[in-house]
Amino acid sequence: MEKSVADTIRDITREHLEKGNGLLFGQCITAVGWIQHTVPPNAPGLVELPMADVSGPGFAIGAALMGRRPIFVLRFQSFIWLAISPLVNYAAKAKELWGKGVPIFIRAIATEGNGTGPVHSGCYHSLFMHMPGTLVCAPMTPNEYHEVWNAFCRQDGPVLVSEHRRSYLSSAEMPDQVRKDAVVTLFPISATRFSVLDAVPLLEKQGIRCNVVHLLWIKPFELNARVLEPLKQSGCGLVLDSAYEVAGASQSIAYDLMLATGLPVKALGQEDRSPGVAPRLENGTPTPQRIVDAVLGLLRKKS
Amino acid sequence: MATTISPRSPDHGMIPGVAEQCPADVSLEMFRRMCRSRYFDEQAFLASKAGHLKSLIYLSAGQESVAAAISTVMKGSWIFTQHRGHAPYLTFGGNATKLMDELIGLPSGCCGGMGGSPCIHDPDIRMIGHEGLIAEHVPIAVGAALADPGSTVVCFFGDGAVEEDYFFGALGFAATHKLKILFVCEDNDLSVLTPTTDRRSWQIQDVARSVGIRAVDITDDPWLVRHHAKELAGELPAFINCRTCRCYWHVGAGKDGPPEWDRFALVKQKLDELGLGGEAGKLETQMKEEIELLWKSRLQTLSAT
Repeated sequence: MEKSVADTIRDITREHLEKGNGLLFGQCITAVGWIQHTVPPNAPGLVELPMADVSGPGFAIGAALMGRRPIFVLRFQSFIWLAISPLVNYAAKAKELWGKGVPIFIRAIATEGNGTGPVHSGCYHSLFMHMPGTLVCAPMTPNEYHEVWNAFCRQDGPVLVSEHRRSYLSSAEMPDQVRKDAVVTLFPISATRFSVLDAVPLLEKQGIRCNVVHLLWIKPFELNARVLEPLKQSGCGLVLDSAYEVAGASQSIAYDLMLATGLPVKALGQEDRSPGVAPRLENGTPTPQRIVDAVLGLLRKKS
Repeated sequence: MATTISPRSPDHGMIPGVAEQCPADVSLEMFRRMCRSRYFDEQAFLASKAGHLKSLIYLSAGQESVAAAISTVMKGSWIFTQHRGHAPYLTFGGNATKLMDELIGLPSGCCGGMGGSPCIHDPDIRMIGHEGLIAEHVPIAVGAALADPGSTVVCFFGDGAVEEDYFFGALGFAATHKLKILFVCEDNDLSVLTPTTDRRSWQIQDVARSVGIRAVDITDDPWLVRHHAKELAGELPAFINCRTCRCYWHVGAGKDGPPEWDRFALVKQKLDELGLGGEAGKLETQMKEEIELLWKSRLQTLSAT
């Protein structure tokens, strides 16, 4: 049986804790489900944090300074608003200030819907992108998770790993889809990568052929041929994200792509409103229908 | 308005005979370290007044007895300080030239000119840099104590820092995990110029005790501080609140008025009573000249270039 993303996270973590002298910090680690089965039960080095949301990351930073390369888990990415201060003000600046990096693997778990509402839902990786000294990525497949972990092991700064619960049971890899007759290139981030796979057939039924270029690293965002050539060939693009669109990763990357190519590139993310707990008030990852509508709007404007 | 009055006095918590019980060489060494810090800050004050320092400086002068005493007990510890870190750095054996260069903004400074006065970092003495936010280093120090159980940690901060919400989280975590960390509060009673009694109704030593940490509240007499530090070092985590006074502004080169007491002068007086006045005088002169020469030669070189 193929390993899921959750299996992969758990295996990497166990290896790090058992053989790498690592530590894992988080709140309610041992609660039901061991954080969606991503934390290895009874492994050494698990540190249950008190409900001290701002000092918690400080403990992990201290451990990083002592060479323990900690994993710091935010069960809900919405808690990042409390946890972010020491992570961006200390961990991210340390290398430039003192030449001593703070290697800390920050697992920030995004979720949405199912009654999570204004408190527990949301995806906020764009916050981290704003500060110098941070690496930000959103792995959605097992191989991508390995790639991200290996990248973390090769450097000595904080890495924000923007996870999404929708990925945990998936074991599929997601190769880019590039075709010569595409009229638009989609650049999905986080859970929009699953939504896009449902939106592409809907668009195809309307005769609209799409490229799909999956984005794993959102900071640094590399403007390489893999990203630029499909855009140039298709003539326009749409960057999609599970986070808020306004001043978010999708708008930032769309801006970079537009400047690099001179082509129209739009952004689509969460709407600019707070999510509610009732299904009719949810505000999560753009749905396939929202993506279809955004593409149709983009093409109308282009023509 | 809070009504609790802090027991601020140069004799608060004094133990009769505590200085007499201290070996003479330790007394003199504590004083030498005080002089190193005091005369460094005096020169930094003058350099800033003269316009040679362009960044914010946080002078320790007046408070140096606390770090000088702690440094004779917590040798080899990881050191975490906050913005007023000159005294901990210099009394624990930090390189005065690197600190001076940092204040001037030179690449040879202890942070390469990036951090200045409040961000001193020097792996040579196991001192970990402070980024600037008040008390943010306290949870970090606690995390270091958890991750390196073979070492001890000493963490300096001020009376304003203990009011930061995450300070309590750090205190509690240290107590829960019985970490080998000594918390040292340099309590000058002021957050910039706002007295403690205008800010809170509680005492930090009571908070420490409430989570099961041994704590004392004492004046900044170095013999007294050393006495308690030695006693508590075997029962970490522990907390020392030291009532102290700074000579200069919260930030920058200026004076708000005379400090409530002058610990430096009191220590010299006590050394005289102990029959160590002659040796102490020589140490003071030597340290003063050494530090003055250091600053003078660097500033002359800079002027020439």
